[in-house]
Amino acid sequence: MNHPLGTNISGEDDMGQHRSLTSSQMAWFRFRSNPSSIIGAFIVFSVIFVAIFAPLIAPSPQSAGSFVDFMNRHSPPSRDFWFGTDNVGRDIFTRVVFGYRVSLGLVVGVLGFAVPFGVFLGLLAGYFGNWTEFVIMRFTDIMLAIPPLAMALAITAVLSPNLINAMIAITMLWWTWHTRLIYRIVKAQMNEDYVEAARVAGASHFHIMFRELLPNCISAISVKISLDAGFVILFGAALSFLGLGVQPPTPDLGTMVSTGSEYLPEYWWEALMPGLAILYAILGFNLLGDGLRDMMDVEV
Amino acid sequence: MVTYILKRIVTLFLVFLGLAILIFVIARIVPGDPARIALGPLASAQQVEEMRQEMGLNDPFFIQLWNYLTGLAQGDLGKSLLTSRPVIDDILGALPATFELVLFTIFLQITLSIPLGVLAAVYRDSWVDNLTRIISLIGVVTPGFVLAIILQLLASYQFSFFPVTGRIDPGLNFDADITRLILIDSLIKGRSDVFVDAFSHIFLPSIALAAAGIGQVMRITRSAMIEVSRFDFIEASRAYGIPERIVTFAYMLRIASVAPLTILGLEFASLIGNAFVVEFVFSWPGIASYGVRTILQKDLNAVIGVVLVSGVFFVFANLFIDILLGIIDPRHRLREGGSK
Repeated sequence: MNHPLGTNISGEDDMGQHRSLTSSQMAWFRFRSNPSSIIGAFIVFSVIFVAIFAPLIAPSPQSAGSFVDFMNRHSPPSRDFWFGTDNVGRDIFTRVVFGYRVSLGLVVGVLGFAVPFGVFLGLLAGYFGNWTEFVIMRFTDIMLAIPPLAMALAITAVLSPNLINAMIAITMLWWTWHTRLIYRIVKAQMNEDYVEAARVAGASHFHIMFRELLPNCISAISVKISLDAGFVILFGAALSFLGLGVQPPTPDLGTMVSTGSEYLPEYWWEALMPGLAILYAILGFNLLGDGLRDMMDVEV
Repeated sequence: MVTYILKRIVTLFLVFLGLAILIFVIARIVPGDPARIALGPLASAQQVEEMRQEMGLNDPFFIQLWNYLTGLAQGDLGKSLLTSRPVIDDILGALPATFELVLFTIFLQITLSIPLGVLAAVYRDSWVDNLTRIISLIGVVTPGFVLAIILQLLASYQFSFFPVTGRIDPGLNFDADITRLILIDSLIKGRSDVFVDAFSHIFLPSIALAAAGIGQVMRITRSAMIEVSRFDFIEASRAYGIPERIVTFAYMLRIASVAPLTILGLEFASLIGNAFVVEFVFSWPGIASYGVRTILQKDLNAVIGVVLVSGVFFVFANLFIDILLGIIDPRHRLREGGSK
């Protein structure tokens, strides 16, 4: 905000005097000058692209289901089968491409519920304080004291193991991190003048929470979502790997690693290729998240 | 310090109570009759009814909860349907193996990541720094089970010194009856052959388990060291002519170790989670292998027990870290509630 006389009245931001770039251009410049965030963005884009256009990209779409081709079982990676074939002769590359669909579906499902819920509770706890804060934050602490994978295992076990239940289990644990993050931010923001100003101007609780405080959390939330996406993929894959997530013949990366590991070490590609595919996606979301964090300069 | 520790223990007790109730509620509200699940689809309605009576499922909810909590206070977790032994016995039988794996993993994390983090900070922006950056990124983004499989592949092709399954060669005939941790007991009893064998068994699983933490702790140590190096008293110590080695390791590392220790405590939850997967891959005879087996069998008492014990593990680890931080950094004691 500039003073009519053109001097910077805040007195803190002396970088802003030669401002010829808008702040979004600056942010983009910072993002672009960091090669690892560009690589991250590229990886994430490629994973999403491949997942959306899976039927067009996959060399043998029938391999995504319960297809068998015993002529070609256990064939090593070659020009015909880029990642080799599995124990019933399905093309692993095709299954990886479709596996990304399942993984991204899981990410959307989990974060679609966990983020709004966690953010809402965090806003409530930070804004109202007192006993609201006490109840919500102590409950969050208890939830955080449960090792997430152990809990997810238990939930998927009592419900029957499948993709939806895995999603429910992960969602039930995931919101806590967002509650904590938003709580911390809101707690710090509550001392800012603009909150007091809004209150004095007669704004409703709803307005202050969602119109004043929430916009200040958006950059932290988006960084967190990008970092989360990788870990949700990891989580889902770990559950499926233990046989508690997605069930065959749905092409899931974790299940593929698990089935493939029965044929180690002779047919190494059957476990390794889907494993590296998981690693690739997580790497992408992590690099992107780190890049966004540096760009927006937030702590998560 | 004593009030601080007592305060932490009270919080711990509350968290534990909440955890126990929460897990019990989740286990009871899920659809499906535990007695029916236990007996399988072929049992008659009368058998199921008898089982319900025996398991106390016909009692009102709060009576069930009360019985469960009082049982818990006496160390009774119910009976496992899979092994038909008390769950607590099964868990105590499997716990030492997991405990040994986790302890060794933490040992690896601390001894590898903190020195590497210090190195990266001292030789900042050199090739050492870049190398640790790449190692840490790989550690963080590689899922435990993928790394476990890669290590198994390497072991079977290149490093046959490392066996890929189990905890010890069954032919060695060794009874770890002192601490129940083979690595330590073999040293006490002076059996170097057992120690070498146990070490070769534990090494790969711990590396697979340690990688994520090593990556994170290394980076945190690096940035904490860099931050501390800007403090005035560090400059002053240098100006007094105190050797650089002492400044780095005695003065800077003490303050800089607060952040990595906090992370290690938080990381502990995912460590236990990952232990499930890594134990599964390496057929490690620990609590996780037991957990996965009982989960697949829908053995509800055992599942509750396993989750509860891993929660206790985590809560205790954080208590330990909190106390340690209180000793290292007195300011930590004053902050209400510690790191929580």
